[in-house]
Amino acid sequence: MKRFAFATVSTLAVVAGSSVVAEPQAEVLHWWTSGGEAKSVAVLQEEFASNGGTWTDMPVAGGGGDAAMTALRARVLSGNAPTAVQLKGPAIQEWYEEGVLADISNVAEAEGWADVLPASIAGHMMCEGTWCAAPVNVHRIDWIWANADVLAANDVEMPTTWDEFNAAAEKLQAAGVIPLAHGGQAWQDATVFEAVVMGIGGPEFYQKALVDLDPEALTSDTMVQVFDQMRTMRGYVDENFSGRDWNLATAMVMNGEAAFQIMGDWAKGEFLAAGKKPGEDFLCASTPGDGYLYNVDSFAMFEVEGDDNRAGQELLAKLIVAPNFQEVFNLNKGSIPARTDVALDAFDICAKISAEDMGTTSAGGSLLPSYAHGMALRGSQSGAITDVVTAHFNSDMSSADAVQQLADAVANSY
Amino acid sequence: MSEWLENHLPKVVLAPSFIAVLIFVYGFIGWTAWVSLTRSKLLPKYEIHGFIQYERLFDSPRWDTAINNLYIFGALFIVIAMVLGLLLAILLDQKIRVEGVIRTVYLYPMALSMIVTGTAWKWILNPGLGIESMVQGWGFPNFEFDWLVNPDYAIYTIVIAAIWQSSGFVMALFLAGLRSVDGEIIKAAQVDGIPTWRIYTAIIIPSMAPIFLSAFIVLAHLAIKSFDLVIALTGGGPGYATDLPATYMYAMAFSRGDIGQAASSAMIMMLVVFAIVVPYLYSELRAKND
Repeated sequence: MKRFAFATVSTLAVVAGSSVVAEPQAEVLHWWTSGGEAKSVAVLQEEFASNGGTWTDMPVAGGGGDAAMTALRARVLSGNAPTAVQLKGPAIQEWYEEGVLADISNVAEAEGWADVLPASIAGHMMCEGTWCAAPVNVHRIDWIWANADVLAANDVEMPTTWDEFNAAAEKLQAAGVIPLAHGGQAWQDATVFEAVVMGIGGPEFYQKALVDLDPEALTSDTMVQVFDQMRTMRGYVDENFSGRDWNLATAMVMNGEAAFQIMGDWAKGEFLAAGKKPGEDFLCASTPGDGYLYNVDSFAMFEVEGDDNRAGQELLAKLIVAPNFQEVFNLNKGSIPARTDVALDAFDICAKISAEDMGTTSAGGSLLPSYAHGMALRGSQSGAITDVVTAHFNSDMSSADAVQQLADAVANSY
Repeated sequence: MSEWLENHLPKVVLAPSFIAVLIFVYGFIGWTAWVSLTRSKLLPKYEIHGFIQYERLFDSPRWDTAINNLYIFGALFIVIAMVLGLLLAILLDQKIRVEGVIRTVYLYPMALSMIVTGTAWKWILNPGLGIESMVQGWGFPNFEFDWLVNPDYAIYTIVIAAIWQSSGFVMALFLAGLRSVDGEIIKAAQVDGIPTWRIYTAIIIPSMAPIFLSAFIVLAHLAIKSFDLVIALTGGGPGYATDLPATYMYAMAFSRGDIGQAASSAMIMMLVVFAIVVPYLYSELRAKND
């Protein structure tokens, strides 16, 4: 009896406590620290504060998120995970398997996320049937950017097949223009590679080869053709490309030194920042072939203690997917909203193309995750593929050898 | 009490650092060895799975490249830095004027961090910015020096930058060695009319054997743990042509979430260091016991 009374009292105390003290708290680990990105995070921070929350910022810059992941590992191992962490793709599932992610299904269901997010993107946010992450944006990877004046001066159209691309590149090269602006860093090689896989093999082949890692697809003749095309494109970059950063390659297109660049839509930010107009000064189109390769940034929600932290987590999840933040953030960042019901009036022509294609490819089943940007595969598998791609692109390895190495590397990566 | 303290003070004072070394060096070596036998991915796991990580490691073409690069880089870097350092030391030893200034000039690269060295050489060796474009600008349009972007030669650019950085330090070591050789012996040899080069090859250099050993040990461990220079100069590229074991380990541990693989590569690196240091320690200890 005494025990019962004690239990009742303490339950009451907890209930009373939570209704009074539960001021939403969130500690957010992210690596959006550069200009436009930092501005985008500040938007979320303000919204969170105006809804009565206390935001503890934990930005960890450097290494494209490597430093942040190291910090996260230390925090999780010490049993003190942040509320929300900028994570994406299969990394979310990897952390879920470590048993440290929270379930935010009640927010997701109340807000009807399943109805507004494309099915394949929603899939990344679910851990065994429960929602565990909130999507922020959609970057399209398979873009080809071009300098409009250079194309016009050389009478070249935006290519719609890889043969057309090669023909255009030969023509431009003969005219003394660098056909393809490219930076020789492994992830940039991988970005071009996945666009070529998608273009030459088609979405189904892409799914088999780079998502399911089917050994037959990896060693198929189609894959040999892909590497042949990579070898051809190696001839279209200038000799100084090794180690160049992607934004310097974008600058080459901007000032007419080069004609094309294959890069995700963050390249658009560079053009816009330099005062160039989409459709006039520079052109954007999807790389030759069907399909849509996406890179979705998201916040994974970690298991936290305390009502105030949990309230903060739920508020954060709600705000991230809410239309207002999705619009403002993506206008700043150059990507498009992950939810499909946001009005796109304020967005530029490239973003509109991106959103439209996302709708059609989602319906047609060719809305696919980017392997080069860590959406399709876990780190060790995508890393193994990138090793082969970059070794092939930067040497005189034959396509047949590359295909064999690709299959071996994937088999060795588990 | 005070007598006890007097007898045990050295042990008491040394104990904290001894314990710290025991835990943070040897303890974590043991931990890494354990993890290298597991299938740890994102976070360490402690269930033993045999030598699977080592099998994966030796099947990986990228690791092959890294180890080969270590041999090429290590051998060339150590030999050339020692030869060059010795040569500079001998030239400086000719009782020249403003020796102090010249010595400082050669020693100064050592004061730079490897990141600075790497970045500077990246610009110097870049075909579009550096030596190649400069010589072409002088009117030799066919001049080519594209080692930095050529996967077959890129590793040699790292050798060049590392030698530039370290040979001054080796020179200082050797200079100290040269000065410590007994002047009487040299004078005696000069009185006997022995040519200077013979004095160096037959008397001075052989008597500097311990200095050679120290220089070798210092350079060898610099070579094995080389990391920042590669990151700054080539970023491991083109492709992964200039990967070294240390950069391989970093990529596995921090970019790919493959901790087991990183641990196994770290163990191999440690074995390489042991292979060099253990004979050295052995010879040192034996010399003391004699």
